[in-house]
Amino acid sequence: MTSTLPLARPEEGQSWTRYFGFNTDAKVIGIQYIVVAFFFFLIGGFLAMIIRGELITPASDLVDRTVYNGLYTMHGTIMLFLFIFPVLNGLNNLLIPTMIGAPDMAFPRLNAVAFWLVPIFGSLLIASFFVPGGPAYSGWWSYPPVSIQNPLGNLINGQGLWLVAVALSGVSSIMGAVNFVTTILRMRAPGMGFFRMPVFCWTALAAQTLQLIGLPALTGGAIMLLLDLTAGTSFYRPEGGGDPVLYQHFFWFYSHPAVYVIILPVFGIFSELFPVYSRKPLFGYVYVSVASFIIVGLGLIVWVHHFFPSGVPEWMRNLFMFTTMLIAVPTGVKVFAWLGTIWRGKLQLTTPMLFCLGGLVNFVFAGITGIMLATVPIDIHVNNTYFVVGHFHYVIYGAAVMGIFAAIYHWFPKFTGRMPYEGLGKLHFLLTFVGANLNFLPMHPLGLMGMPRRVSSYDPEFAFWNVLASLGAFLLGVSIIPFLLNIISSWARGPRASHNPWNAIGLEWLLPSPPPEDNFGEHVPTVISRPYGYGSDEPLVEHQAEIEKALILQEATR
Amino acid sequence: MTSSSPRRPGPIALAALALWIGLLVLISVWMAGQSYHWLPVQASNAAPLVDGLFSFETGLGTFVFLGVMSVIAWVVLMHRAEKYDISDAEPIEGNTRLEVIWTLIPLAIVMGIAIYAMRINHELGILGPMEHIHPHNAVEAQGGYPGDRLPTESIEVVARQWSWEFRYPDAHVSSTELHLPIDQPVTFRLTSDDVIHGFYIPAFRLKQDVIPGKAIDFTLTPTREGRYRLRDSQFSGTWFATNQADVVVQTADAYQAWLKQAASEPLQSGLSDAVGEYVERQNQSHPGWATVRPAPPPQVNVPGSNTLPHDA
Repeated sequence: MTSTLPLARPEEGQSWTRYFGFNTDAKVIGIQYIVVAFFFFLIGGFLAMIIRGELITPASDLVDRTVYNGLYTMHGTIMLFLFIFPVLNGLNNLLIPTMIGAPDMAFPRLNAVAFWLVPIFGSLLIASFFVPGGPAYSGWWSYPPVSIQNPLGNLINGQGLWLVAVALSGVSSIMGAVNFVTTILRMRAPGMGFFRMPVFCWTALAAQTLQLIGLPALTGGAIMLLLDLTAGTSFYRPEGGGDPVLYQHFFWFYSHPAVYVIILPVFGIFSELFPVYSRKPLFGYVYVSVASFIIVGLGLIVWVHHFFPSGVPEWMRNLFMFTTMLIAVPTGVKVFAWLGTIWRGKLQLTTPMLFCLGGLVNFVFAGITGIMLATVPIDIHVNNTYFVVGHFHYVIYGAAVMGIFAAIYHWFPKFTGRMPYEGLGKLHFLLTFVGANLNFLPMHPLGLMGMPRRVSSYDPEFAFWNVLASLGAFLLGVSIIPFLLNIISSWARGPRASHNPWNAIGLEWLLPSPPPEDNFGEHVPTVISRPYGYGSDEPLVEHQAEIEKALILQEATR
Repeated sequence: MTSSSPRRPGPIALAALALWIGLLVLISVWMAGQSYHWLPVQASNAAPLVDGLFSFETGLGTFVFLGVMSVIAWVVLMHRAEKYDISDAEPIEGNTRLEVIWTLIPLAIVMGIAIYAMRINHELGILGPMEHIHPHNAVEAQGGYPGDRLPTESIEVVARQWSWEFRYPDAHVSSTELHLPIDQPVTFRLTSDDVIHGFYIPAFRLKQDVIPGKAIDFTLTPTREGRYRLRDSQFSGTWFATNQADVVVQTADAYQAWLKQAASEPLQSGLSDAVGEYVERQNQSHPGWATVRPAPPPQVNVPGSNTLPHDA
């Protein structure tokens, strides 16, 4: 019987320097992704502080307008391409192989290359601050003709570097997507059919499928823009017969689904964590899993809602309003399923659970403003105003980043072998939740009143809500301090974690903390039931009792 | 009491639930009424339609939000695990009937909203065709509307980095302040000399991007006298934030008097905040990062003002 057990060999002897080299272990790559992502998160957050500092007064008085435009462009770009995508890929790397019982990703070397592109294009983007003329300043959308004006006329300019960096980011994401999809499809543990797969893997599969479908459009669109900028072509240049609105189609055909690439794995995190901390199975597991793919299908046919006022005909406005509205249905199904999960549960309000609940509250709010934005006549009024900025910050920060924090606190013991501190975690949650709402709620009245986004100065009637938003932003800036303290100190000398500190169900919790390099190695357990069997006493895998006993023995003797 | 309560709620629980839902409905109705105050004054015939839709969605959204929040709050307060209780809860894996219900109800709600919004779209279309895109060709005939909604006024709007110029071809007047007669449909022909701009007057609730290389016709009817802001709503470069103009809605008589007076004025430099700031910036030793040079201020009969107090 013992021959079916994973060999107990915690990798304590391994040097921490492996995190700085080309390593093909998905768990090392996962941590590399997350650490690099948080490095850029601090830079992007610092830029946000300057933006909110400028906007705390109506006049343009903190930085020059050119600098403001560069900073808000880089804030958006860094947060999306260098924080949120990498941090999610980090979680994918940590969780997908361990959740499905695979020893590593399908293509470990490709995986490492995909990661190492991140610091490369990250450096390129940061370097663009120092080229003559400054970085790109046309927003993270880079709509032409503004983005191809190139005021200094240099071949090497901020916008050009921006486009190269975004294209490289696309290449990195495509490599990652190929890897994640293949791994999920081909490397699941024996007995783990699709409907025994954890929902996080379902959502990761859905999100990465979207990457594969959508990214070629963005990458192609970006290359044409680069040609317009540097080679004098006229894909989008009106004076040469090009169509600037065409770029908007290319851009949003990917960049709307990109929002689902971000939020789907976060739905996965919610679906994993609510059962653990409610001690109940996920309500409607099959429906929740399938809903991810309904979102994929609909997510690909809504892109025009980003530019309703941009010269699109009436029929297109109506069509894309309907498809956008439809997305509310599978999304609503998930929200109700989470409510069904926590209902009559035995809630444990740990740090990860608080982040999940806070993220859910923010997400519901964002969903309601999303429905408003889908409605064409309202969108015509608030499009390109702070209403939209408030809406997507509720989605991205209020829901996605909160979910990511929940995931980090929840799986931190598994991959570092140390427990994070609850007190600091709860303080982090409180500051984040209050800060995010104080920062992003006032943006909605501003947008309704008619304050356009991306302005470096504004009329005095907008001052009140802007002051509140800025105070919220500074609070958010402070909120990262307890997080960093917590992670650094608990990683260095926190209490040792057992293999399953949260009493959770899942293959990753049947591995030692931290797991050995090849996870289960030769001894992948056979899955015999659905995930989330809380309260049913059904084992997840064959010989579960023996595996757990061996893990406990091993922990007792270390 | 909570975890061991019977599955069928008693009459008191049902009454409490009904009371709570009634309270949520009241709050939602109140919020729907409040929502009008979050928007600028209604100065066009489109505004009441848009605001009505927004109010409806605010009420509905408030109800859904508070409903979900009530469930979360109830669970957090009443369904917490006792201290040191690490046992599992009752395993409820799903309920097909419930899942079907909570698919169909949201579906009905969002489709209802979409149909309502489509009707408003249609009405807005009748009030003024929002999409008439022409090749930018001076030879092409203007207008093209059926006789019953032929606008009485036609104004050319030229957007630039960073100024707005308004030309009144019939009166041979140009201005950097937009004057409009009340209660008359006005058609704008929107063109841009450089990049995409957004023609956005919040008090009118209407917005249309101005695409270089195209002329876009856009019709609206102002319904309230006053001074409003026109804001550029599509990022257009360095002085995007300053690319604003004032919109003055006045009676037909006052409007005609203004046109007449304006026609006698000589051409002079119109308003362009960007030009002034650019000159100032040139004198600084470290002016910041690269910028496109602002277009020279348009030569107009009436520069107008963009610093007077405005209604919205």
